[in-house]
Amino acid sequence: MGNIKWDEFFITGDPLILGAQVSIALTMLGVLFGLTYLKKWKWIWREWITTVDHKRIGIMYIIAAILMFFRGGIDGLLMKAQTSRPEMGLLSSQHYNEIFTTHGVIMILFMAMPFLIGLMNVVIPLQIGARDVAFPQLNALSFWLFFSGAMLFNISFVIGGSPDAGWTSYFPLAGKEFSPSIANNYYAIALQIAGIGTLMTGINFIVTILKMRTKGMTLMRMPMFTWTALVTSGIIVAAFPIFTVALALMKFDRLFGTHFFTVSSGGSDMLWANLFWLWGHPEVYIVALPAFGIFSEVIATFSRKQLFGYKSMVYATVGIALLSMVVWVHHFYTMGSGPGVNSFFSLTTMLIAVPTGIKIFNWLFTMRKGRIKLSSAMLWALAFIPTFTIGGVTGVMLAMGAADFQYHNTLFLVAHFHYVLIPGVVFAVFAGLYYWWPKMFGHMLNERLGKWHFWLFNIGFNVTFMPMFFLGLNGAVRRSYTYSAESGFAPLFLLSAIGSVILAAGFAVFCYNIYWSIRYADRNISSDPWDARTLEWATASPVQHYNFAKLPEVKSFDAFWQMKKNNEGLTLKDSEIEEIHMPSNSGQPFMMCVIFGVVGFFLVFEWFIPAAIASVGIIVGLIYRSFDYNDGYHIPVEEISKTESTWRNEKGEVHKHVG
Amino acid sequence: MLKYIKLFVALFAVIPVLLLTGCETNMVVFEPQGPVARSIMELINWSLMWMLLVVVVVFAMFGFIVWKYRERKENMNYEPPEEHGNTLFEIIWTAIPILIVIALIIPTVKTLYALEEVPEGYENEEPLTVHVTAADWKWIFSYPEQGIETVNYVNIPEDRPVNFKLTSAGTMQSFWVPALAGQKYAMAKMETQLILVAENPGSYVGKNSNFNGRGYTGMEFEVLAQTQQDFNQWIADVKNTAPVLTEEKYEEMLKPTHLGRLTFKNTHLAWVNHADEDAQTYTNPELYRYNGYQGKTFEEEDNYMNENSETESGDHHHEENHDDHGNHGGDDHGQH
Ligand code: HEM
Ligand SMILES: [Cu+2]
Ligand SMILES: [Cu+2]
Repeated sequence: MGNIKWDEFFITGDPLILGAQVSIALTMLGVLFGLTYLKKWKWIWREWITTVDHKRIGIMYIIAAILMFFRGGIDGLLMKAQTSRPEMGLLSSQHYNEIFTTHGVIMILFMAMPFLIGLMNVVIPLQIGARDVAFPQLNALSFWLFFSGAMLFNISFVIGGSPDAGWTSYFPLAGKEFSPSIANNYYAIALQIAGIGTLMTGINFIVTILKMRTKGMTLMRMPMFTWTALVTSGIIVAAFPIFTVALALMKFDRLFGTHFFTVSSGGSDMLWANLFWLWGHPEVYIVALPAFGIFSEVIATFSRKQLFGYKSMVYATVGIALLSMVVWVHHFYTMGSGPGVNSFFSLTTMLIAVPTGIKIFNWLFTMRKGRIKLSSAMLWALAFIPTFTIGGVTGVMLAMGAADFQYHNTLFLVAHFHYVLIPGVVFAVFAGLYYWWPKMFGHMLNERLGKWHFWLFNIGFNVTFMPMFFLGLNGAVRRSYTYSAESGFAPLFLLSAIGSVILAAGFAVFCYNIYWSIRYADRNISSDPWDARTLEWATASPVQHYNFAKLPEVKSFDAFWQMKKNNEGLTLKDSEIEEIHMPSNSGQPFMMCVIFGVVGFFLVFEWFIPAAIASVGIIVGLIYRSFDYNDGYHIPVEEISKTESTWRNEKGEVHKHVG
Repeated sequence: MLKYIKLFVALFAVIPVLLLTGCETNMVVFEPQGPVARSIMELINWSLMWMLLVVVVVFAMFGFIVWKYRERKENMNYEPPEEHGNTLFEIIWTAIPILIVIALIIPTVKTLYALEEVPEGYENEEPLTVHVTAADWKWIFSYPEQGIETVNYVNIPEDRPVNFKLTSAGTMQSFWVPALAGQKYAMAKMETQLILVAENPGSYVGKNSNFNGRGYTGMEFEVLAQTQQDFNQWIADVKNTAPVLTEEKYEEMLKPTHLGRLTFKNTHLAWVNHADEDAQTYTNPELYRYNGYQGKTFEEEDNYMNENSETESGDHHHEENHDDHGNHGGDDHGQH
């Protein structure tokens, strides 16, 4: 470390980056000052940083995801601004390359995944009638490792340099032969750390859903969101280890000079492409499936009807998951694997359309004969169906290997995957937020602002990405920072850029809606404001930290709906209350976050001795945890009784408490 | 609320119209200039038809259902029936997509196989072989039979199959001539192949579609299809007038730069074919130090510099490239 090149350490010389550096510094100072001024340090440590409560962890995931959406969105807008006119000079090619790389990584790994994992955290234990996940402290560790990875990745653009080889980080470009700066080390190491967290989340949710269901909640009575979370966790456990290995090999190549993916000495760039997409394609379904689950809940609730074809929905979900593991080659039909291989993967890819189609029709038929309430949450679910259909049919077109020879690597592809990811993930998390917001915070998001948010975002989205299909068919390649005036691309690029401004306005309304609702929304709402169907609504809003005073008993699908219909299990008697055992808070996951961050940082800069010293901390943490015999605490009956009678005896509440 | 729904339906109705008109405008993929690109376009059109059908059906059902069952003042007392599902419906909407998949996969497989062969009707023509070497950030074309080499442009005879043998001197590129054929990757130490035919004389844009670093944008080339006579004349001219490509000059050419057009009366295949698995590696990491904090690089045994020079390796890069560190992100293509 004696020879740190300080002149290369901070990224300098670019006004945009300088602006970002200054604003980051100011924000951090502001937060520190605010916490001190309001004397909130103890509170934030006790209530949030050390929490093992699945709901709070979920909320922290969601906050982090919204921040990352902001970062990734700014990246997207900068790209749109740069390509709004031919030969624009806003961004240099290097800068553009860094931005689409960080945009892609952040949107998928640090926005979409944590957003959905956050909602899963908040909702799944409630939906299955449990008091927490199976391993609460591991859950906190998952969050903090994700956070550590995300922060490490994000500092790259002010310290050391942003990764610039695309979110796919293809070799040999991403290797030291063509990218000798440490920038791409950030990719390998930050994603590795976050990936460990994700893998643990997958394991945690599998165990939780299989082992922690309340009495009577058989697998085929589980709400659809729980099903999709289970299947997603399965894909995580199957696919993430592949990525872990690929990233480890990438690190060996970049840090120690091995030759897994290099041009020299017999490395194979195609090996990286295969490993990456073996993980990368399932990754798309890791985020899409829970989103489908959210839509299923929202559509059923706001149509006031049971989900149509529940069984076939479950089979379709499992089918999609299985197929998603055998389609990865469709990302490189043009690599010359031959017509036999390409035919096989064309077929498997197209077959995914079958279970996906089943889902679409089941959603449509859930609404048929229903009474469709056009709340904000439902609007997102509705808009999802046609827009995702466009994403889906263009996906089938791309799946046709021979046709892909013309679409590959063009803006047609970029348009397609945004038509899948934005309706399929972003619309879903918006729907989920509007829907579950009262559950999380005890007040609703404003519906009027919600409509503005919806329309601006939706129109903006279509105007931004629809032109890209046509640009692609006219020969515009992806990842190109500019184009000539003669290319004829200018009008559609401009239209697309205008769309992105509308889109951004929609996002701004969303942020304002959060602010407005926190300040002004009515706190006097019932625990079940939507007249919903599943167990998360069978308890208070916001949910008390032990979730259920008495674990609910399930007798059918849509358990809570049936409870309301038959007026069963809604009343709590004092005599039924027993002490509840809860896990204690722990500061250790946060410590691990810091240590992993420090080790990761040293490794990024290839300072091996400091990294080795710091990683002793990880080992110490593991040992400490093995001897940690704290097994929680009990909540006394009186406290439960008091909490329950407070919320249950409010006016308009379907739940009752009798002494 | 009514107003909302109308807007909603109108908004999504525009989309298929846009998709439809797509087929009639002047997009390069829909204006093929040869049998290969045409066979892909026919496949695309076939799929578009089916996909349009899907879109129309789903959108119509969606519009109808949302419209008919939306909550209104009149139906506030309506309590929807409980329905679990309907086996017949579910079989229908499983079977129809399967049929569509069958309708699409058959021509897909046929086209996939056909793309690897000389297109129908041209089997009797002797294909012209052109070796394509992609390098940062230029395209090198070698004509082994004619013994000439060009950079960033390739002349081909019309109505004659051309067999492009693709490889790369370093990063991965994708060789794409949308008007004439699809694309294929060009990768170091291996060879892929792309066959195309130009039906008419003319100039077509070719480009790299696979991101390969700072100079990726603008890594384009011209494909000029000529009559056989003009082509022969051009070859003869090159043989007479073009300079000789030396090994030093070639190594210089492989450095990360943008170049204009160049022409030579010999080919680099005489000393290296990057498609060979055990070819020397022409990488030069020191020339890529332009962003961020610099990490260490590794000496490679099979690097071309090991044999012919003792001064090129080592640590002197740092002084040499220090000045351009400051313009992180600076767009200085070709300064190296
Ligand atoms: C919020 C509005 C968004 C805008 C304006 C936007 C815009 C863009 C643009 C302009 C590109 C690069 C096109 C090019 O190749 O030059 C891009 C790439 C990409 N976007 Fe987005 N995007 C948005 C949202 C998202 C979301 C929500 C996701 C994922 C959940 C996402 C994932 C990606 C990925 C993976 C890439 C590819 C990056 C790469 O080429 O390495 N984007 N986006
Ligand atoms: Cu895929
Ligand atoms: Cu290869």
